[in-house]
Amino acid sequence: MRRNKLSFFLFLSFLFFIASCHQETHDTLPYQCPMKCEGEKIYSEKGTCPVCNMDTQPIEEKILQSENEDEILETSIFNLTSKWNTQNKETIELKDLKGDVLVIVMIYTSCKAACPRLVADMRNIYASVNDKTTKYILVSIDPETDTPERLKEFAIENQMDNNQWVFLQGTVEDVREFSNVLAVKYKRISPLDFSHSNIISVFDQQGVLVHQQEGLGVDNEETIAEIMALSKAVQEVN
Amino acid sequence: MKRISFIVLSIFFIQTNFLAQDMPAMKRINGGDFVPLYGSNEARVSVETFLLDIYPVTNEQYLSFLKTNPKWQKSKVISLFADKNYLSKWENDLSPNKEALPNSPITNISWYAAKAYCDCIGKRLPTMDEWEYVAMASETKRNAQRDSLFNQRIIESYETPQTYKKEVGSTYKNYWGIYDMHGLVWEWTSDFNSVLISGESRKDVDTDKSLFCAGGSVNATDLMDYAAFMRYAFRGSIKANYCIQSLGFRCAKSLKK
Repeated sequence: MRRNKLSFFLFLSFLFFIASCHQETHDTLPYQCPMKCEGEKIYSEKGTCPVCNMDTQPIEEKILQSENEDEILETSIFNLTSKWNTQNKETIELKDLKGDVLVIVMIYTSCKAACPRLVADMRNIYASVNDKTTKYILVSIDPETDTPERLKEFAIENQMDNNQWVFLQGTVEDVREFSNVLAVKYKRISPLDFSHSNIISVFDQQGVLVHQQEGLGVDNEETIAEIMALSKAVQEVN
Repeated sequence: MKRISFIVLSIFFIQTNFLAQDMPAMKRINGGDFVPLYGSNEARVSVETFLLDIYPVTNEQYLSFLKTNPKWQKSKVISLFADKNYLSKWENDLSPNKEALPNSPITNISWYAAKAYCDCIGKRLPTMDEWEYVAMASETKRNAQRDSLFNQRIIESYETPQTYKKEVGSTYKNYWGIYDMHGLVWEWTSDFNSVLISGESRKDVDTDKSLFCAGGSVNATDLMDYAAFMRYAFRGSIKANYCIQSLGFRCAKSLKK
C-alpha cells in the first residue's frame, strides 16, 4: 500500500514534469481577457471573455505580466550585454530601456540619401503616436564618426531632442551584432558612405521584436497602430 | 578525498587549457589588396596583415568550449542567439553528433555562437574581405582568381554532398598554409550581413546591382568566379541565428599594433 502511494506520488511528479516541459513548448498557455474584466481569472483554452466578449489572449503575450521584474525573455534584445553611449554622454545597456515601447532604426548622420527619409519617417511616427513613453532610438552604423557630440547636434538640428529620443553610439563590433538582431544589413562603400537596409523595428516593453517596417516611403500606418496598441496596454495596466 | 578532488581539478584545468594550447595553430597572412567579386574594377580592397586559424573549428574543440561556457550548450542557448537547428544532431549538451568525427568541423552553430567561441579565446571571426582574400589563394598562387581550374575545382566541391563529414585538413593546403578554405564547409564571417542582396519580397535595400546573378552580373569583376557568386548569395540569404549543417567557422586575430 505504502509502495503504491509512493509510486502514485512519483507518477504525479512525472506528470508535473511533463506538464512543465509542455509549458516551455508554449502549447498550453493559459488565456486571459485582455481587459481583465474578471481580474486575474485565466482560461486553459482560447475563447472569449464572458463580460466584454473580447478574444482571450495567451498570458505570455501580455505585457508586464512577468512576475519577476528582472526576468528577460529568450527572444528579448535585453539579452545583449553591449554598452552604448547616448547623445547625452550617458553609458547604457539596452536593458536599461526596459518597460517602454522601443522604435529602433539604424542610420548614420552624414548620410545624404536614405537616412533623412528614415529620420522623417521616425518623426512622423512619433508625431502620430503622440504619447509620452515610447522611446525612439537611432543607432549609428558609423560609430567612428557619430560621437555623442555629433549625435547631440544631429538631434537638435532635427528637433529630436527630448527624453523620448535616444541616439546610440556603440563599438564597431557591437553595432554589427545589433544589426544582426534587427536583420539590418549594411556595408561601408566609401570612407564616408554606407549602403544599408531601411528598416524600422518596433519592440515591446520586454524587448521582443513585434513589428518591422521595411523600405522607404512606405505607409507608416501599420507601424503606428502597433506602437499605439502596445503603449496603450501599458497605460491601462498602470 | 582531497587527493581525488585535486586530480579531478587538474584534469579540469588540463581540459580548459586545451583551447589555449591550440592558439599557435594559426598562420600569418600578409596584408595586401585585391578586387573582390562584388566591387567595380576600381574598387580594390585592402586587408591588413592578420592571423588566421589553419583549420576550421572542430567538434572536439567546440565541445571543450561548451564545457566551460554552459550558456552555449544545446539546452541552454536562448532563441535570440540560435534557431532550433543549433547542434541539432547532438544527443545532449555534451554528446556531440555520433555520426561526426571529433576532428570534423563543427556545424549547426549560429553566428552568435561562433563569435562567442572566438571571443572566449581572445580571437575574432575573420571579416568577409579577409576570408575572401585568403580563399582566393590556391596551393601555389597568392591570387588564383583567374585560374579557371582552381575555380572549377571549387564549384565541384560545392556540388559534392556532405563534405562537412570529412575531417579538417582533408582538403588542400593553400599558399598561406591554410587548409580547407574550400571543399569542407561554408564559414561564418564577422560581417556576413554586409551583403546587400535581398529576396524579391524585401524592398528594404538599395540593391547592390553587381551582386545579381541575372542582368546585373555583367558588372561582376570576373565572370569566371561563379563560385564566389554562390558564396555572396549564400551570405546574403542567411541570418545570424541560423544554424546550418554545412556552415562552420574558423577564428582570426589582428596583430598587435
